Amino acid sequence: MNRADLETMAQREVQRQQTFRCRILCCASTPCLSSGGSAVHDAIKDAIKEGGFDADFQAVATGCMGPCSRGPMITVQTNGGEDVIYEHVTPEASRQIVAHHATATPAPVKCILPSDIPFFAKQKKVVLANSGFIDPERLEDYVARGGYTALGYALREMTPEAVCREIIDSGLRGRGGAGYPTGLKWDMVRKAHGDKKYVVANGDEGDPGAYMDRTLMESDPHRLLEGMAIAGYAVGADQGFLYVRGEYPIAAKRLERAIRAAERRGLLGSRMLDSNFNFRVDVRIGAGAFVCGEETALMASIMGMRGQPVPRPPYPAQSGLWEKPTLINNVETFGSIAPIIQHGAEWFAGLGTAKSKGTKIFALAGKVDTTGLIEVPMGITLREIVYDIGGGVPDGLAFKAAQTGGPSGGCIPAAHLDTPMDYESLRALGSIMGSGGLIIMDERSCMVDVAKFFMEFCMDESCGKCVPCRVGTVQMHHLLERITNGSATMQDMETLKELCVMVKETSLCGLGQSAPNPVLSTIHYFLDEYTAHIRDHQCLAGVCTLDQAPVTELVHA
Amino acid sequence: MSVKTSPPSRTRPRPAAEHPSGDPRFSLIDRTLKRFSFQQDALIEVLHTAQEAFGFLSDDLLIYVAHQLKLPLSWVHGVATFYHFFTLTPQGEHNCIVCMGTACYVKRAAEIVAALQQAYSVTAGETTRDGRLSLNTARCLGSCGLAPVLVLDGAVLPRETPESALERVRQQLMNATHNGASQLAKNDAVFEGEE
Repeated sequence: MNRADLETMAQREVQRQQTFRCRILCCASTPCLSSGGSAVHDAIKDAIKEGGFDADFQAVATGCMGPCSRGPMITVQTNGGEDVIYEHVTPEASRQIVAHHATATPAPVKCILPSDIPFFAKQKKVVLANSGFIDPERLEDYVARGGYTALGYALREMTPEAVCREIIDSGLRGRGGAGYPTGLKWDMVRKAHGDKKYVVANGDEGDPGAYMDRTLMESDPHRLLEGMAIAGYAVGADQGFLYVRGEYPIAAKRLERAIRAAERRGLLGSRMLDSNFNFRVDVRIGAGAFVCGEETALMASIMGMRGQPVPRPPYPAQSGLWEKPTLINNVETFGSIAPIIQHGAEWFAGLGTAKSKGTKIFALAGKVDTTGLIEVPMGITLREIVYDIGGGVPDGLAFKAAQTGGPSGGCIPAAHLDTPMDYESLRALGSIMGSGGLIIMDERSCMVDVAKFFMEFCMDESCGKCVPCRVGTVQMHHLLERITNGSATMQDMETLKELCVMVKETSLCGLGQSAPNPVLSTIHYFLDEYTAHIRDHQCLAGVCTLDQAPVTELVHA
Repeated sequence: MSVKTSPPSRTRPRPAAEHPSGDPRFSLIDRTLKRFSFQQDALIEVLHTAQEAFGFLSDDLLIYVAHQLKLPLSWVHGVATFYHFFTLTPQGEHNCIVCMGTACYVKRAAEIVAALQQAYSVTAGETTRDGRLSLNTARCLGSCGLAPVLVLDGAVLPRETPESALERVRQQLMNATHNGASQLAKNDAVFEGEE
């Protein structure tokens, strides 16, 4: 296949889609399926068949549409008309929907979700542009929306150097959390000497409360493959690995299918798009270890070893997989590549803030009215996300804190609701952008308990290689346990702070270095809750039971 | 066992028969081993297949894999125990996973775990003594919009409360046959391999 064939394929698919008067897109991602999405999809297919609308109507199972708590979701695309979005669709309602669009009978009004509500209006879809509109299992759907044209353009019209330059100019930064400039990393791998180089996509999304990577892998797998192939061309690699978290079997299956489909059409594999460039992608499935999100641990895991990190330098860009130069980026980062090549660096740099360009996907969850997956321009305020997109805190309760970055991040209190969401501002608040988990908490959440929750997570997930992390997390958890069961003294607070600093500064990898963040940020913003627990034996949120253990002084040697 | 002296048959050799136990499930492992041409890097893939075929990784399996990949047993055991996904003990007939990710935690999933632990006198991560139910917790299943989430024999159940969770588990245990084909189980079965 060459670029002309690709265009023919796209045109043919667009024409095919236009023959349908009405396309009914049913969300078939996990949240909607759990709410009964497959019954809805079946009901729609039945209704189309029974009504004899086969030639006019098409039912498509797509990826995630966003507002997961409102599922099952349906979008109806009519020829020439505006899209209509339906929420909380039941099999009965779906029959009505089909009838409404076929014969203009009344629509199930209470299911209609206006498409101009802030949830949609405030978003800017770049990475998720196809998600919810294409069948992730069909290559043609992706190509019809301009898929693989960026790859074709890069292979034909750009040198590897130019691709790296384009990514540098776009200002794209790593979406895995740390925010290292992607283009610089690419350029480093491109310049590194080696007979073989690798590209790795980090899809080990272990951060609890985050599911952006999974949605992207499940809803638009080809987008990711295209980004990886462009990266391979730019750095001179001919082998890519996609490391998928073991908990995401559907994502792994769809990616494997997508790889096969792309290889069959000559969009991956050898002599891609009639060029001299070869690139092959293999899926590697993780086995449930949070630390494997760290790049050196992830590489160890790909090589079949225990996922334990090793000290850097040497950085993977110099010596990574099998000691060859290796480019590691997050799945979401690769998802941003094709649009940058397609629309140009300036277009991408025009989105977001001065230092954080583009858009970011957040998994909005916790105590907000509408939870789900959102993609917003960098620099949007937290208030807009919580109150406009999320629809505010339900049950008339007050917003207390937003947790970003999972166990490596921190909590942002209500006083900082107007903070713009970008790498620097979040860091200044003692939190991090992280991979994009955004959990909203109301006044019924005890911040000490939250800190304990994350510390327990880090304690479990510590790989055990370096002492500060292995021992420090256990001790910190023990201290937090004492605070939440009422047996702590103010001395414990001092010990806790001291330990936080020590673990942060002496741990080997990112897991240990960031493990104290939730504790430090809650101490910083919610010190009164800690002191209420210790001095007054009172949990302001009513979560902790504080009369279980007697107060004991720790004896220091 | 008699020793065969006849010339090798021309039919395809069946690797499974070579394993002393004669268990056909070993052929699944052999297939994965061959797919990765016995590369030691493929250890995790092979263990995945082994666990899918057998349900858990017994000592025999680990020895078999170590032998086939020419890796020290300590290495294989080290990898198998490092990753949470691999289990070295047999799992119960029914499997209940309570998500304890942040979103579920904020929506009080801990109360569900406590209720189940008490009702079936089992601690999370273990199997009841009669082998009927395994209770596990997971670190985020990525369905945060539906918190708190319960995965019962592969079916993702959204927005559970301690009471509804108890009821669901009770019903599942009452169904004598493993009702894997239920409507809900059709959707993205998380932890498929453990079924």
